[in-house]
Amino acid sequence: MKQTAALKVTTPSERELVMTREFAAPRGMVFDALTKPELVQRWLLGPPGWTMPVCQIDLRVGGKYRYGWRNADGREMGMGGTFQEIVRPSRIVATEVYEDYWTGGETLVTTELVETSGKTTLSTTVRYASREARDAAIKMGATKGLEASYDRLEELLTA
Amino acid sequence: MKPTGYTLDATFAALADPTRRAILARLAAGDASVTELAKPFEMSQPAVSKHLKVLERAGLISRGREAQRRPRRLEPRPLAEATDWIERYRRIWEGNFKRLDAVLQEFTIRQKKTVHALLDEVKPKPKKRRTK
Repeated sequence: MKQTAALKVTTPSERELVMTREFAAPRGMVFDALTKPELVQRWLLGPPGWTMPVCQIDLRVGGKYRYGWRNADGREMGMGGTFQEIVRPSRIVATEVYEDYWTGGETLVTTELVETSGKTTLSTTVRYASREARDAAIKMGATKGLEASYDRLEELLTA
Repeated sequence: MKPTGYTLDATFAALADPTRRAILARLAAGDASVTELAKPFEMSQPAVSKHLKVLERAGLISRGREAQRRPRRLEPRPLAEATDWIERYRRIWEGNFKRLDAVLQEFTIRQKKTVHALLDEVKPKPKKRRTK
């Protein structure tokens, strides 16, 4: 029964990034895990060393959410937005903006949940408001140097 | 040198097309002429040439010097920039989703337990019968 589902990341257009991943649970459960603060705080932690002390979710159209992270050396990061569409348990559309200067703008995040025989495929589409916003996101992590790994290229090209 | 964002923009536009991605995948295996590239796709040479122009403008491919064949070659740098970004994104989300797996698994186990507990209540108690 145990199997690790692969995360697929594609860029269908120059302003969009799509993540797809399958979960071994019905979608009602996945929906809860995505929208109940006490559950979100257990998994939405980002890179190693970060915790999520702040997680407020007002799950209704027009409602706001706010996430706050802190890492081991005290650095903090915050993000939030407004829900634009909620169809339980299949769809959530929300705006998303990081509270720091370096991301350069708001993105629109569409989350879709499709259930097939007890398993749920979660797909998240991140749509950047502008090319500048996407460029800022790209520069966010500051690359150490470029390694032209053909394995990675292959993966992207056959996506 | 042009800023990273500018190049990436052209890269993503060029990568948005499945035929162009297939052409790049073919070139990752080795240089190829227009004729060689046109073969696997049921496409005319001018149609392939159009795609090649887009890839060339994005800096994703270059042309060889050989006068007759003018083989196209994959230029890995812009692609590497794009994949590097995606790779970072993927790493972060793989971590998140693994933890989400664990949360969901716990849920499923707990739910099964609840179902079993309910069934136990409904079921006639064999122990009591046996003691009688």
